[in-house]
Amino acid sequence: MENLLSIFVRSIFVDNMIFAYFLGMCSYLAVSKRVSTAIGLGAAVIFVLTVTVPVNYLIENYLLKKGALKWLGPEFAALDLGFLSLIFFIAVIAAIVQIVEMVVEKVSPPLYNALGIFLPLIAVNCSILGGSLFMQTRDYGSLAEATVFGFGSGIGWFIAIVAIAAIRERIRYSDVPAPLRGLGMSFIITGLMGIAFLSFAGIKI
Amino acid sequence: MTTQAATSVKKEKEALFSRKNLKLLKDPLNDNNPVTVQVLGICSALAVTVQVKPSFYMCMGVLFVVAMGNVVISAIRNFIPNRVRIIAQLVVVAGLVTIVDQVLKAYAYDMSKKLSVFVGLIITNCIVMGRLEAFAMGNRVWPSLLDGIGNALGYSVILMIVATVREIFGSGTFWGIRLIPSSLYATESSAGYVNNGMMLLPPMALIIVGIIIWVQRGTNKKLIEKPE
Repeated sequence: MENLLSIFVRSIFVDNMIFAYFLGMCSYLAVSKRVSTAIGLGAAVIFVLTVTVPVNYLIENYLLKKGALKWLGPEFAALDLGFLSLIFFIAVIAAIVQIVEMVVEKVSPPLYNALGIFLPLIAVNCSILGGSLFMQTRDYGSLAEATVFGFGSGIGWFIAIVAIAAIRERIRYSDVPAPLRGLGMSFIITGLMGIAFLSFAGIKI
Repeated sequence: MTTQAATSVKKEKEALFSRKNLKLLKDPLNDNNPVTVQVLGICSALAVTVQVKPSFYMCMGVLFVVAMGNVVISAIRNFIPNRVRIIAQLVVVAGLVTIVDQVLKAYAYDMSKKLSVFVGLIITNCIVMGRLEAFAMGNRVWPSLLDGIGNALGYSVILMIVATVREIFGSGTFWGIRLIPSSLYATESSAGYVNNGMMLLPPMALIIVGIIIWVQRGTNKKLIEKPE
């Protein structure tokens, strides 16, 4: 339990997807003009990360890893399908995003209207594939750990995009040098926020 | 009318490096740079720019994937049903990235370790998908190849600038070779030069890109954004 809490806090603050690894920057910069849309995209990212990371964890551990196919029979024990992981992960993500979109549309139309346009975008958001790849390299021990990691990363991303959207809404009224207007300023602000987030790096839980 | 169209097609075919094709190659370097103007491909790029060498490998990987991806998708563009095109593109790109990943693992293992997940993340690098969607789906093979190379080079230029600044100021080296002599460093008797440790931290990459954008838009006024 303590371990889970530590993974959760680490994935939100210390290993924040945006400020520590720059993952999902494209949509982060493109959709952060308004707080309301930022909340929509952020929520969709939390949702998709929480679903895809555990699914890819199962695929990694029961299909792709060296010796993962042991449950099929002893003759498969030496098989290593690791080189397929990229194709598998991205296919799973694209498929899940599609399924999630259909399920949400059926079950909860208001949520679908809120997330609607963002869901398809998410299949190519680097933070989603990044979540699965980090899960693979960090070798989480159990399904619960992988799930918590996915959920925490999503929340970290959510916090980052909502924060920058709020800042950008305000900065519209300030007198930024013309060449820096818009994109340039967003980069520098993100950098400064990243420096602020670095202060979490020392946390040991 | 038809003969005219036929000759114009023929003409286009003849000039491999016509002005239009060269424009495809040159435009992404400045006016239509994928990183600073189109805002694509920042995701997997900046975290590898602490040193020049890994950034260079990263650029080569992206160059290969974007150019080949553009060629493949453009060659089969008429057979891809519109509804499943994203998945078709993703599979092609994932296959190419797997090749890059395996080649790196085989011939440059330490680089592959250093780049870790970021090689895999070329798949979702928005430059790749962006160019496939915006260009390769609607153009012939040769212009697509040029467009891919041009955009990958535009991306490489930014990456190499950031990496050079970060490595020189952050560790006093370039490509692992010491530029700032070690005698200058802070010991009891010397000038007391200290590396700027800040440059090694991830946020500085963003700030450097911000400054590059500033300089680029300062000299190229038509890129300046209109106030909202």
